[in-house]
Amino acid sequence: MTTAVAETGMIGALATKFRICPATGLRVDLAAERLIKANAVAAVVFLAIGGGFGLLVALTRWPAVHLLSSDLFYLALTAHGLDVLLMWIIFFEMAVLYFASAVILSSRIAAPRWGWVGFVLMIVGALMTNVAVLQGDSSVMFTSYVPMQARPHFYLGLILFAVGALIGCFIFLGTLVIAKEEKTYEGSIPLVTFGALTACIIAVFTIASGAIILIPTFLWSVGYIGHIDSLMYKLVWWAMGHSSQQINVSAHVAIWYLIAAVTVGAKPLSEKVSRTAFLLYILFLQLAAAHHMLVEPGLSSEWKIVNTSYMMYLAVLGSMIHGMTVPGSIEAAQRKSGFTRGVFEWLRKAPWGNPAFAGMFLSLVMFGFLGGISGVVLGTEQLNIMMHNTLYVPGHFHATVVAGTTLAFMAVTYLVVPLIFQREIVWPKLAKIQPYLFGIGASGISLFMMGAGTLGVARRHWDITFPALDVTLPYGYSPAASLMMGLNGLSAILAATGGVLYVAIVVASILFGKKVDASNAVAALGPMPKKVVHDAVAKYGDAGTWHLPGTYVLVGLFFTTFILYYFVNWKYLSELWPMQ
Amino acid sequence: MAIHPPQSRVWWKEPIAKAELVWIGVAFLWGLIMFFMMIYWHIYGQQNLSTQVGRIDPAVFEQRTNDFAEKFKVREEGDTGIPVVKPPAGGDAYMLARTYEWWPVLELEKGKSYKLHISSLDLQHGFSLQPINMNIQVHPGLEHVVTITPTEAGIYGVVCNEYCGLGHHVMTGRIYVVDSGQGG
Repeated sequence: MTTAVAETGMIGALATKFRICPATGLRVDLAAERLIKANAVAAVVFLAIGGGFGLLVALTRWPAVHLLSSDLFYLALTAHGLDVLLMWIIFFEMAVLYFASAVILSSRIAAPRWGWVGFVLMIVGALMTNVAVLQGDSSVMFTSYVPMQARPHFYLGLILFAVGALIGCFIFLGTLVIAKEEKTYEGSIPLVTFGALTACIIAVFTIASGAIILIPTFLWSVGYIGHIDSLMYKLVWWAMGHSSQQINVSAHVAIWYLIAAVTVGAKPLSEKVSRTAFLLYILFLQLAAAHHMLVEPGLSSEWKIVNTSYMMYLAVLGSMIHGMTVPGSIEAAQRKSGFTRGVFEWLRKAPWGNPAFAGMFLSLVMFGFLGGISGVVLGTEQLNIMMHNTLYVPGHFHATVVAGTTLAFMAVTYLVVPLIFQREIVWPKLAKIQPYLFGIGASGISLFMMGAGTLGVARRHWDITFPALDVTLPYGYSPAASLMMGLNGLSAILAATGGVLYVAIVVASILFGKKVDASNAVAALGPMPKKVVHDAVAKYGDAGTWHLPGTYVLVGLFFTTFILYYFVNWKYLSELWPMQ
Repeated sequence: MAIHPPQSRVWWKEPIAKAELVWIGVAFLWGLIMFFMMIYWHIYGQQNLSTQVGRIDPAVFEQRTNDFAEKFKVREEGDTGIPVVKPPAGGDAYMLARTYEWWPVLELEKGKSYKLHISSLDLQHGFSLQPINMNIQVHPGLEHVVTITPTEAGIYGVVCNEYCGLGHHVMTGRIYVVDSGQGG
């Protein structure tokens, strides 16, 4: 490393201060560390706010509770979408980008001052949009479909937020260049950084799409542009809105690999395969705007089929590959550590008491089984007729973004607090159950909303018991729909309990946790499997690595579920009124 | 580990294990099956969304819907004043969306096909036919013509499922399906 510092030249070398991480031996740039802390804290604050709005939404949609008035309900729903889907996730992703570049590569971070400019822009933008929503006349939902109009500062806040995030992306890319130039690592970047790079590239595409649509919409809201085409708006808006979910996928898959590496010493089964799977994301995930336009007038079926399938499901292929290689790498590592009995000893004896591992594995399973399968079904051109804009849609994306991404981010926090904030996790017993509470709650939300959606219940709807309202032409959903909404409310309470616990544990640990130093650095990462041998797997492609019966069983179960559920839906579709 | 650079510098030349290759092959084939399933359904399936769409001035669409309602009105819906309109079997039917109503109420015959014209006069709305759960997005300025064939008699609700403002949840409509030769 001394040579690396010498090569930086005087300015880089003098300006950068490092510490050595006692747990991993990585060299941590203190400027990067401060940026990671700031973004992670902002993320958790917005999770708390947005999650609170989410609970209010769920309690209103529970017919027996029906908490908020209709005006407040639409306000809360708009705020919920913005604060969790944008603010929480993108602030956290900024922290992940800085961590995956500067920390993992032991490099100094590029242009940390610009990092602060970006951070301030994001904060200002997030507050501005929140103010617009709370003022009450911008309840236009997260998607703000034209010609419905919000106040100008609603759009302006989003634009500032996006510019800030874009700066963060370029700092990440700059840091990769610096690390390469200063030779802080040898060979190719680690897989986790590669996954983060995937996320970053998709983020640049996403933010560009956002700029293309939000800037004209802002100008329209202040009166400089007369008309925005509603179909064009939707197409470009979703090039941002859906692609930004692919940033999440790339980021949380990278985090799965990261947590598997730190907690059980897992190593990718094949670098080539895992990286190719990420590459498939970059190449094909951006086509997903079509998922929101399958029952739209004005688009050809050919366009819909090619785009909705990510060009013949090549991006889905990427996820299915990760779905095997992540559990496979864990099984391989556990078997090398001596857990070789039967098909599932490796899984039974995995560190389930470590919240980082438990959260990661739950995220993996729920993202695949609930989010992945429902996403493909929802994104099938004709099947979408039965699901578009019903509660099936939020059911699906709560499985991907809440049970998948958010749970993965929570899980990695249990490593970030000791590694970056250098504090032990307080209340380890509560931390142990937190991922289960949140995970079970989130999967309940997903399942019950999908159930209600299958029964036809509309999303973004204040009251499904029309007879109670002054409605001219009332319609009654089946009683099962009300049951689903009640179970959804209960699940939301469970998830909210897990969420409150998470925020409390993180805040208390940062403020009052015992300081981490060389003496407790490894212990602070939580319980690990007892027989861990570091760098457990000798070599990928190694014959010994590839005895993974447990993973084959899991993948087989997943695939069978997938096929059955897929064709059951075609059966349902065939019972609809014929239409053409 | 995944947080370290690849163990072998030339990682792209490492062999891929057979089980992994098999899974990639299976997943790829499954993707192809799902892709061609959509095309198959366009050829052999009964439920495909029409792509018959034209640009239309909302005022023109409103006028056509008014003319249609006047011509084929059979009664009024209770004391709401909303006309119930029964188009000839196999003919054109119109339903417009505006904040916050679907207008007019339609009466269709079971087993007959109708060309349903839908469009919005103001914002985007969602045509959600319940309980059969058929959902179509509606844009202002785009007239969508969907041929539908009701298969069962009954009273069907039309719920708006695209958020369209603070009165979104009161935006409902209705379609009656009667056995052929009845109703009116």
